[in-house]
Amino acid sequence: MPTGIRDKVVILGMGCSKFGEHWDKNAEDLVFDSYEECLADAGIETSQIDAAWFATAIEEQHVGKSGIPLAVALRLPLIPVTRVENYCASGTEAFRGAVYAVAAGAADIALAMGVEKLKDTGYGGLPQRTRGVVNDMMIANASAPGAFAQLASAYRAKHGVNASDLKRAMAQVSVKSHANAVKNPRAHLRREIDIETVIKAPIVAEPLGLYDCCGVSDGSACAIVTTPEIARSLGNRDLIAVKALQLSVSNGVEASHNSWDGSYFMTTRRAATKAYEEAGVGKPREEISMAEVHDCFSITELVTMEDLFLSKEGNAWRDFLDGFYNADGGLPCQIDGGLKCFGHPIGASGLRMLYEGYLQLRGRAEKRQLDAPKLVLTHNLGGFPHQNVASVSIIGRYEKNV
Amino acid sequence: MAPSPAATLSFRCCYCSVNLSLAKLFFALRNVAGRWREALLQRNGIVAFGAYVPQLRLARQAIVQANAWFNDAAQSLAKGERSMCNWDEDAITMAVEAARDCLQGVDRRNVGDVVLASTTLPFADRQNAGILATALNLPEEISTSDSGGSQRTATTALLHALKSEPADPKALTLVVASEKRRAKAAGSQELLFGDGAAAVLLGSDNPIARFVASHQISLDFADHYRGEGKAFDYNWEERWVRDEGYRRIVPRALAGLFEKASITPDKVDRFIMPGAVAQDLAKRAGIRAEAVADSLSGVMGDAGTAQPLIMLVHALERAKPGETIVVVGFGQGSDAILFQVTDAIATLAPRRAVAGSLARRRAETNYQRYLAFNGLVDIDRGPRSELDKQTAVSALFRNRKTVLGFVGGKCRQCGTVQFPKSNVCVNPNCGVARSQDDYPLADAVAHIQSWTADNLTYTPDPPQYFGMIVFEDGGRLMADFTDVGNGEIDVGMPVCMMFRVKDYDERRGFRRYFWKAVPANPQKTAS
Repeated sequence: MPTGIRDKVVILGMGCSKFGEHWDKNAEDLVFDSYEECLADAGIETSQIDAAWFATAIEEQHVGKSGIPLAVALRLPLIPVTRVENYCASGTEAFRGAVYAVAAGAADIALAMGVEKLKDTGYGGLPQRTRGVVNDMMIANASAPGAFAQLASAYRAKHGVNASDLKRAMAQVSVKSHANAVKNPRAHLRREIDIETVIKAPIVAEPLGLYDCCGVSDGSACAIVTTPEIARSLGNRDLIAVKALQLSVSNGVEASHNSWDGSYFMTTRRAATKAYEEAGVGKPREEISMAEVHDCFSITELVTMEDLFLSKEGNAWRDFLDGFYNADGGLPCQIDGGLKCFGHPIGASGLRMLYEGYLQLRGRAEKRQLDAPKLVLTHNLGGFPHQNVASVSIIGRYEKNV
Repeated sequence: MAPSPAATLSFRCCYCSVNLSLAKLFFALRNVAGRWREALLQRNGIVAFGAYVPQLRLARQAIVQANAWFNDAAQSLAKGERSMCNWDEDAITMAVEAARDCLQGVDRRNVGDVVLASTTLPFADRQNAGILATALNLPEEISTSDSGGSQRTATTALLHALKSEPADPKALTLVVASEKRRAKAAGSQELLFGDGAAAVLLGSDNPIARFVASHQISLDFADHYRGEGKAFDYNWEERWVRDEGYRRIVPRALAGLFEKASITPDKVDRFIMPGAVAQDLAKRAGIRAEAVADSLSGVMGDAGTAQPLIMLVHALERAKPGETIVVVGFGQGSDAILFQVTDAIATLAPRRAVAGSLARRRAETNYQRYLAFNGLVDIDRGPRSELDKQTAVSALFRNRKTVLGFVGGKCRQCGTVQFPKSNVCVNPNCGVARSQDDYPLADAVAHIQSWTADNLTYTPDPPQYFGMIVFEDGGRLMADFTDVGNGEIDVGMPVCMMFRVKDYDERRGFRRYFWKAVPANPQKTAS
């Protein structure tokens, strides 16, 4: 049994750019925006960074391949820079790389940077890319909303939820996130909406309407991590530690074996189970203070709350309608607006979620500040429901804080 | 073998001026010997048939109405409907479906020859019959060929196959005719044409229709032509075509046929000839008016070279033992073929054929959609349509069984069926390596586990319906759906697979094919 990452690595500083349509900025500018904040927060110099991990998903859209773009943008001192890509979990993947390097003793201080510059395609939605010479011959002609919309039909059939009840619960997912984002100056979409607007919006992919889909944004987010000892030696107290970092990647069972019913994420369940074990969480619905989950689409967030064992199976739609995941509910979810409203620059999203959790744990979330949160869960889901990458991370106060 | 025109000509050059009666005697002897030889060596006839007509039927009224400002004379043609390919159908996909209908219950290892007849095949140089054979999972040690160049090519290909000497007497020959004819907007051709395909399987054992005789005439009669690089036909005056063409050429073919078959025209039970002149030609030839087959012009239009075979299949699906059927092909001459239906017709398993294809109908009243599907109007498809669709043919070749044949794998260890076939069994309780045998899935029954109608992704006919389909004996696929109407899809519905165009690569003139899910029990016609 691995001993796990719990309390071995702490976050020294974090930064996040404003998310949105940055017509006036390159990816390198966005990287610098979050990095300046992060470096000041960490209280170190660039020369103190031993290694860096760089996450971009659709790199041919902006910076190109390799770790070079990050090294050049920040003038990193000839250190190892590794570019990582794991769909929408890319940002979390960069964080994993940096955290593991510190835990392994390979680096004292490591940087995890995620960026995505999506708004240079000339059209709305995600850029279209080939999926490989063989896949392109067979893969369904699916947009991202179309692929995730599959969940709704299978969820309705499995749990006997009628279409209008589920549509309303999905609408509530988005209404809640819009309400939260109003209080977040860095969010992309900051306008309150009502449930009827969501329900009546044009359909993108049945039953997902316009407001069931997250924003496509430019942005970056980053973290500098180190050991608790080094953090202390730099004069830090009240450390924020990594409690769990889990990743689960589909192996083709959902896509090719009839044991999966299409209504849930097999990978998220696996990653969540292992993350709770790693962090020592026994009763997640009670112990998790807040969650930032991968709400690329409203139905994704709804189903995910069950896969994270925060809602009972078949019951998440009721929890949303009951306001359990609202800012003033039992378990605030997407308190920063989520992918839905903060935005979704793919490579940055995992780090953006950690950024909000970090602010909340430090008591720096201003108008959104929750009352003494202890454990923050973040979740990414990359790919499609039938073939994906799921990450679950938990951060919280370092247990040996004095 | 029947004397070819060339042989007859050379014979006359040498001997006619010397002794005509000797020539007559020679002919008679040659005919007897020829027939005896045919009976021994040639295919005995048709052993199975199948057909496919696209589901969409465009109301001619819609075409005429839209074009009345330009071509008011077409009012007289504003009756009935014409079949029309969906955006993802072409001469190959229709051929595959007709052939699958034809081959049901047939051991495909026995097919030794495949001929695909059409004047509208998508590839000028890449054998189209090879795509057909791969989609049908036929053995690789077979003969395949395309036949084209004339509206008569299907009946000629059928005759060639009937008269050829098979290397293996048990081997079957599959003749498929398929046509998706292009026509300019607002002319009469787009009203008269239709899309469709038919297939006949030829063999020696127990035919349902025995090949009796044939007669061919070949003349360079260019009633219409389509030059290299041209998208559309160029037509000459209809009256000339009727008077100098049909009325002079077809009677010659029929007279020769009746002489060889030693029957009188009144014995013909079914006279199969596409076009409006059939009734007139039958009368002139002495064929009973009630024997003239419905050209299907009212319900599907004229599918070019495929039409005689579609009509033949339509006749066979309702034929009684003993019926005499004459099929005529016309185009730079004429082919006339005579079949006699046998008792075996009663034992052929029921199939979709033409009646089933015509019953699988979706009314289309939107002429604009027809124009768009046929590339006759430049639709603003948006930037999402610009994704490059280049196909790595090397990758296609090594994955041909998977992609074109829709062959998955079945694990010898645990029996799990899976698509695609892979090195490690997908069953989480198995996971054995290199354990999978080929498992064709094209004819497997599936149902829908999840679905959506996607308005964001680019498709020529939005929304794009797709979803997870689960095969009842194992295997699954996130599949595109096609031939689906609004509100016709739901979880649990049965679907079957059809071979369709996946993508068009317009830059390079390539198109790729894959299998899509189609509702197995189509609901009430939506318009």
